[in-house]
Amino acid sequence: MDTILQFFSTYGSEMLFKTLEHLYISVIAAVLGILIAVPAGVALTRFPKGAGIVMGVLGVIQTFPSFAVLAFFIPLLGVGKTPAIIALFFYSVLPILRNTYTGVSGVQKSLLEAGRGMGMTGWERIRDVEVPLAIPVIMAGIRLSTVYLIGWATLASFIGGGGLGDYIFSGLNLYQPEFIIAGAVPVTLLALLTDLLIGKVEGWVTPKGMKKMREAA
Amino acid sequence: MLKFEHVSKMYKGGKRAVDDLTLEIEKGEFICFIGPSGCGKTTTMKMINRLIEPTEGSIYINDVNIMDRDPVQLRREIGYVIQQIGLFPHMTIQENISLVLKLLKVPEEKRRVRAKELLTLVDLTPDYLEKYPHELSGGQQQRIGVLRALAADQPLILMDEPFGALDPITRDSLQEEFKKLQKKLEKTIVFVTHDMDEALKLADRIVIMRDGKIVQCDTPDEILRNPANEFVEEFIGKDRLVQARPNIQTVEQIMNPSPITITGDRTLSEAIQLMKQHRVDSLLVVDDRKVLQGFIDVEIIDQKRKKASLVRDIVEAELFTVEKQTLVRDTVRKILKIGMKYVPVVDDKHRLAGIVTRASLVDIVYDSIWGVDDMTKIG
Repeated sequence: MDTILQFFSTYGSEMLFKTLEHLYISVIAAVLGILIAVPAGVALTRFPKGAGIVMGVLGVIQTFPSFAVLAFFIPLLGVGKTPAIIALFFYSVLPILRNTYTGVSGVQKSLLEAGRGMGMTGWERIRDVEVPLAIPVIMAGIRLSTVYLIGWATLASFIGGGGLGDYIFSGLNLYQPEFIIAGAVPVTLLALLTDLLIGKVEGWVTPKGMKKMREAA
Repeated sequence: MLKFEHVSKMYKGGKRAVDDLTLEIEKGEFICFIGPSGCGKTTTMKMINRLIEPTEGSIYINDVNIMDRDPVQLRREIGYVIQQIGLFPHMTIQENISLVLKLLKVPEEKRRVRAKELLTLVDLTPDYLEKYPHELSGGQQQRIGVLRALAADQPLILMDEPFGALDPITRDSLQEEFKKLQKKLEKTIVFVTHDMDEALKLADRIVIMRDGKIVQCDTPDEILRNPANEFVEEFIGKDRLVQARPNIQTVEQIMNPSPITITGDRTLSEAIQLMKQHRVDSLLVVDDRKVLQGFIDVEIIDQKRKKASLVRDIVEAELFTVEKQTLVRDTVRKILKIGMKYVPVVDDKHRLAGIVTRASLVDIVYDSIWGVDDMTKIG
């Protein structure tokens, strides 16, 4: 117990800083991922033939070891937060993109025909029908992706991006388990809290009619 | 108001879905397109609002070629009802009904008022406005589907087998409601169906199609009396030709005018005696002004005789009726399809006027097979 208290009194404020830094890296990467992947996913549904190819290529990229990707960005973008965020962003894209694509293509064709027949433009159909109906699936992708990012963001430390990964790497290098714990426990908590929070957000943004429908089913 | 001039639609591979179709539809007319699947009826309808574009020929609405119109603008001026209903599950009934108005940028307040006003047309209470589609029955959903097509007061409405997915009883009541509504609102309606009964019941003119061509285009009575060829005859079905006997038109002419009735204040034993006396298993219950209240039958009496003593306590109010002026062919279908033993006939004030039973149908069939001489005399 004493050791823990001692650790906190020495590193407490630093830990808080690193936690915020960690959160910053992962949230920025996730937001970038959402901004790019949601519109791209919707766009892909307009070209179902191309969608398979894009999805396949992204799937292959996803399998690259994350260390390799981070290392790959060093000669291009140097070290620091920016390359870390960009590398993480690449990882966040696929789950969101795939879910957006699946969600939007899963909207009943009869609803689209009704919309078209009533005189909705392509844009109006996306905004008022397809995206609202796909929200639960899109949100599931965002949730999954963000939670993963918080885990992966520990690797940012490897290219000088900071975050809680610093503790884990120091702990590993110096063989000091308390540092590993000081890094790993907050990361886990962060991931759990984020999952909880996004779950709430999912509830807020899901159209009321669909929530009621699911409750009834 | 709507004119097809030598319209053809060719799909890849040279298949002609619609082949050189020429047709003119008047304002306020109810037109049914009917034919076997793949005959081009749906394609024809969808060309009107440019969901499908014709390969050859032109279509005019009020003398304007639709190809000169912006398709989105055009579709907002044409009501559209589909078989799958297609209400948006994430929007309230109010939002669903007034969607076209929203697209047309009508202010929220006016949309509300309009949605409320439309809801009264189909006898739904205003509290439905805040409900969501899944909370409604299939029949109610399609009523909303129809209202959605009326919201912007579109003069022309396209309907693609709108009642096809509903159960027979719901379909029947919706057809009746809709026919009344159409007469009241004077819309021009293009209605696609594969159900001949539906077409005969609703249409002012029926367009029978086959392989992309019009086989016959005429009023229901004329089609029944003079089918253009064997295909039409077969499509109508022999049993309907029987019903088309020209000298019997309304239910009033074939009904039994004195059905066995009882009033609500009689006792159950009196009811049983009356049934025994007339050898029937059910009685129609009326009040002292002959307004139909419902019916009772042996089964109901048997089940409830311990708890009740008066007829009015056990009367079953759920009962299908037809009005005196209804055409015989519609009644026949009700009796045969829904499997009812009899249908009470009422006047416009819901007073009992008579009854049509399966026995009355036998009379018609008998007349039409053996009574040919009589028919020629009358006709």
